[in-house]
Amino acid sequence: MDLGPHAGFIIASYGLCLATVIGLIAWVHIDKANQEKALKELAAQGISRARPDGKDATPS
Amino acid sequence: MAIWDYANPTRFLRLVQIVLPWLTGLCVLAFAAGLYMSFFVAPDDYQQGDTVRIMYIHVPAAWLSMMCYSIMAVSSLGTLVWKHPLADVSAKCAAPIGAAFTFMALVTGSLWGKPMWGTYWVWDARLTSVLVLLIMYLGLMTLWRTMEDPIKAGKAAAILTLVGALNLPVIKFSVDWWNTLHQPASVIRMDGPTIHPDILWPLLVMAVAFTLLFFVLHLMAMRNEILRRRVRAMRLRAASAAQPGTAAATAQPAE
Repeated sequence: MDLGPHAGFIIASYGLCLATVIGLIAWVHIDKANQEKALKELAAQGISRARPDGKDATPS
Repeated sequence: MAIWDYANPTRFLRLVQIVLPWLTGLCVLAFAAGLYMSFFVAPDDYQQGDTVRIMYIHVPAAWLSMMCYSIMAVSSLGTLVWKHPLADVSAKCAAPIGAAFTFMALVTGSLWGKPMWGTYWVWDARLTSVLVLLIMYLGLMTLWRTMEDPIKAGKAAAILTLVGALNLPVIKFSVDWWNTLHQPASVIRMDGPTIHPDILWPLLVMAVAFTLLFFVLHLMAMRNEILRRRVRAMRLRAASAAQPGTAAATAQPAE
């Protein structure tokens, strides 16, 4: 495909957007993995979301 | 279902689990169609040549940068007026995504400007007001990080977000109010778009793809934020249990 004399600008634009979107996707996935890991570690320590009266802290 | 039905984070997470795969699939399809149309269907512009293809990402990114801030402003009203438990979660999670779209709009605009205008940047009203929008996003992200209590941070950020929303009409009408190098609106106009359908359709399909991408990322980020607040609440509860005599940590609304 011939993108003309300004191909560099077009490729740079799409490349930068692709890199930004990949960065956003990586951010949400890494963050999710970190939070799930922390929840598992807390659960392994016997810490639950339940209050001392036995009720869950989160309404569900 | 009323929006209050999803004030319950557990119910909201269940909804996200159901909706997210469909939304992601639609987003991928929209991008595939939009990119195909942008590169293989849309003709060269008679003045811009192939450089017009930058518009298929620049314009949707610019629209999304404003839509994202509008969603944050509505969420801020939800925090301050209706006290919806997920409103500050929504506002907080939209900020980095909005900043990314604004960054994309500014950089792709610069990369288009160099071959078309002969310069990467001019301090005209449109470009400067969009730069202010990026600074607002970064400022709000910083504010959320500087306050440990997410509820207090949410309220402070909501006030700042609503003040910053004054910039939205300035961005939109800057090309009408001032003499700018940036061209006036050519799609969202009272008398209809001035762009030929061969160029308009790829642009609209790409705009749909960008919008779907925003909602996918926003829902994923909101899910992460709810998990983060659960982790925080559990750590507070563990800390208060380890210190006898300390009042038990209270659960946050979005935990």
